[in-house]
Amino acid sequence: MPKIKINNLEVRADEGTTILQAAKEHNFKIPTLCYYPDLDIKSDCRVCVVESVGQEKLVTACSTPIYEGMEIKINSPRAQNARKAIIEMILANHDANCTACVRNTNCELQNLSDHLGIVHNRFETIYEKKPNDTSSPSLIRNHSRCIKCGRCIDACKTIQDISVLEFSGRSHEVEVGPAYHKDLADVFCTYCGQCSTVCPVGAIMEKSDVEKVWQAIDDSSKHVVVQVAPAIRVSLGEELGMQLGSIVTGKVVAALKMLGFTKVFDTNFTADLTIIEEGHELIHRLKNGGKTPLITSCCPGWVRYAEHKFPDLLENLSSCKSPQQMFGALAKTYYAQRESIDPKDIYVVSIMPCTAKKYEAIRPEMSVNGEDPDVDAVLTTRELAKMIKQIGVDFDNLREQKFDKPDEVTSGAAAIFGATGGVMEAALRTVKEVVEEKPLEKLDFDTVRGYEGIREAEVEIKGETLKVAVAHTLANAKKLAQDIRDGKSPYAFIEVMACPGGCVGGGGQPYGTTREKQRDRIHSIYQVDRLMKIRKSHDNAAVSNLYSSYLGDPSGELAHKLLHTKYTKRS
Amino acid sequence: MLEKKLITKHIGVIDPKSIFEYLRLDGYKQAERMFDMSRMDIHDAFETSKLRGRGGAGFPVSIKLMAMAKESTQPKYIICNADEGEPGNFKDRYLMENNPHIIIEGMIIAAYATGASKGYIYIRGEYDKSIDVMKEALQQARQKRFLGENIFNKRFDFDIEIRRGAGSYVCGEEFALLESIEGKAGRTRVKPPFPTSKGLFGKPTLINNVETFATLPTILEIGGEAFAKIGTPSSTGTKLISLSGNVKNKGVFEVPFGVPMRTIINELGGGPLEGRKIKMIQLGGACGPVIPEYMLDMVIDFDRFEEFESKTGAGAIIVMDDRQDIFDVLKRVSDFFQHESCGKCTPCREGNLHMLKTLHKFFEKTATEKDLSLLETQARVIHQTSLCGLGQTAPTAVISSLHYFRFSFLKRIEDRLEEANYAEN
Repeated sequence: MPKIKINNLEVRADEGTTILQAAKEHNFKIPTLCYYPDLDIKSDCRVCVVESVGQEKLVTACSTPIYEGMEIKINSPRAQNARKAIIEMILANHDANCTACVRNTNCELQNLSDHLGIVHNRFETIYEKKPNDTSSPSLIRNHSRCIKCGRCIDACKTIQDISVLEFSGRSHEVEVGPAYHKDLADVFCTYCGQCSTVCPVGAIMEKSDVEKVWQAIDDSSKHVVVQVAPAIRVSLGEELGMQLGSIVTGKVVAALKMLGFTKVFDTNFTADLTIIEEGHELIHRLKNGGKTPLITSCCPGWVRYAEHKFPDLLENLSSCKSPQQMFGALAKTYYAQRESIDPKDIYVVSIMPCTAKKYEAIRPEMSVNGEDPDVDAVLTTRELAKMIKQIGVDFDNLREQKFDKPDEVTSGAAAIFGATGGVMEAALRTVKEVVEEKPLEKLDFDTVRGYEGIREAEVEIKGETLKVAVAHTLANAKKLAQDIRDGKSPYAFIEVMACPGGCVGGGGQPYGTTREKQRDRIHSIYQVDRLMKIRKSHDNAAVSNLYSSYLGDPSGELAHKLLHTKYTKRS
Repeated sequence: MLEKKLITKHIGVIDPKSIFEYLRLDGYKQAERMFDMSRMDIHDAFETSKLRGRGGAGFPVSIKLMAMAKESTQPKYIICNADEGEPGNFKDRYLMENNPHIIIEGMIIAAYATGASKGYIYIRGEYDKSIDVMKEALQQARQKRFLGENIFNKRFDFDIEIRRGAGSYVCGEEFALLESIEGKAGRTRVKPPFPTSKGLFGKPTLINNVETFATLPTILEIGGEAFAKIGTPSSTGTKLISLSGNVKNKGVFEVPFGVPMRTIINELGGGPLEGRKIKMIQLGGACGPVIPEYMLDMVIDFDRFEEFESKTGAGAIIVMDDRQDIFDVLKRVSDFFQHESCGKCTPCREGNLHMLKTLHKFFEKTATEKDLSLLETQARVIHQTSLCGLGQTAPTAVISSLHYFRFSFLKRIEDRLEEANYAEN
């Protein structure tokens, strides 16, 4: 273990580590900007420069490996001055109207500038206001705030293997965006929003529905219902200052009531419904020699990806709508009928960990009356946190409340939808028990859990082996899809989630979500599952009741009309 | 004789378009002979020659060759960097257009010494004639089976392809050059890893300048020890000098290291124009230091030049006489870099424009003492923190001027004050 010196302190560090890693190990936090734990080392921003004694030039801590006897000075005046100057240069070419920015008080550049003690900028302001790209239904790109750190480009390239975003131009005219200065809506962007969670400033963010939702709440003619996705209950807390992975289900309900929503429902209810429908679809396909592997379709980023890149595989996709859209369809039919409300007066809001859900909600097929969307507005975790802050709710101290009746019954199987492998496990719990007609010996399907990019498992069902696979991130999904295209896929059923870790790592989750944070949230999600009374979707009596009182048979005519959808070849 | 012609000895003697004339003067003999030598002996020759890279950084060539030879990954690549975009440099073009086969021979030697199977010559896009000449030379070498499969009838395959640059200065920087050959935008990469372990398409790659490759046959011919006796102890062999600016004879001259610059300017360049005095020179090109006339007794030497916090550059001497204004020069240089920065790292992307703006103030006599300290910060930060050689050397002219021509900067500030006083009264 090499011995090195950091700011005159003698320490030991692992062979092959960088200065940044070694420093962190010994509690030195070297300022960084383009560095992001899950992405490649770029060393573009040069903010992490430190002095390596004996070297004439400064070195970047993120990319420079340590060696025996190395002497590092993080805070020599030379290093500090350079770091300051670099931040000043970035600020000079940045729309630093902080109070008018969505990232105000939650901005990495603002924090750095504060920590480095920059009170005035020696460099002349040179940024030019450029128009925002508002073309996409999910994301807004603000060129004037972009600091060209390249994180979004990396996320699009390395996490998703899509590369919609790239650098163009050179020198101080460098821009980040789609090739040929096209708008996001005009290129193949899945709207997954990973770019927005890694952006250190307010240069790319969700298209906000907050104003729209306040208007609806204020409109007395509207019956405003809200649904909460499974992954929200393990991530909203941290966005509101609580511990990572805090489980805040009851607090979310309480806060939504305080915001003024008429009814607060749980998307987990329609997640259970999804399992019943998708489970039947799988059993049907296996029995009747239908198209396999069956691939899940709850993730709108994945659906859009498949429509563009694998139009030949659309028949493999489950025809089930996502839980969000099943909820929307039922809210404007079943619920309207039951409560005797004109569907036109029902306003459906979703709280989702996802930016692509905004796009899913406006897909033309997601409308039961063919005119109005079933889901009227979609808020990300971050947007909901903003609203809660706006009215000044003391979130941490809220008393927990329950979801509204009678559809508050949900299962643990629905809860794990938020983690990669969760939909697969939920489906297996149901399919195995239904087919075998005897209670499961073990509820946890450990082989489909975990964080490996692609996981495969073999499940014995009634003496036959079912091969299944789980993929998260589109880069991994692409590999499985390519195998199907090449006729090499051995699987019967595949779960795909576009975001790393599944919805816990969604593009609408708190800024700065990392693998480590995703893991904490996944851990909490399985805890939610463990604590549930009901842990299998088909044991959900409320769902059974919905079938007997309204829908009829699973995969029946009405169920098909309301809960299933079609896909479009887009290339 | 001031000039010493090792790699330019054929020039003016042979027709560059004829491989036969090159062969007549023992061309390709070293490449052929090399196959009978052990790889150890070849490396020994390069090591004892103490040859340093001629592209500007002066890195010991044998270290790169050895590192590359040790790599077991295949394929390995050899790249000849002929993206000569540095203002004031034209010696690579001179070599390519007048002695193309010596470059090819050098590349074959490097390929054999390192076990590479494929070579590229990356030529500046504007060099139409160089590209034509090199293409024809490659064709001739292929016909002679000096390139291709089983070259020289030995069990060794090596071929060379030409890649044309697309007009970006930064593509002369080795990582940007690799990106460009791979079909990507010319922007540098983070290092480590270095090209000898992970270069072109992620494979081991040796990148050297045109002149470096052209020197390899000579070293095998006369031996490493004899080569090391030419020049100075730290800088062995000869150097091509691109001499331009306010001198009578401009051109490319091959001289041994250790010759004073004044001798080159006066004897080979014929001195300044009638009635003019030399005021300063810029050494190496736009990325080099601007130094005053009284320092011209300095000799051409890698180590000697390091005191400018810069390298020799590729051997350009741009002579400027007493008609030239230092601020005009600095403004042009700075403008060049703010245009050519690839925009990848912050200091180079943003800093060069700010530096240019500050220089403008000096040029227009509106600068204050604050601007002087700002300029110093800007230049130092860009130099010390930029990612690649372009950014690191972009402020060399400014940094050297702040040192050698500090008085001129102070004078400009004073002029502004005087003019302000005059206006007030």
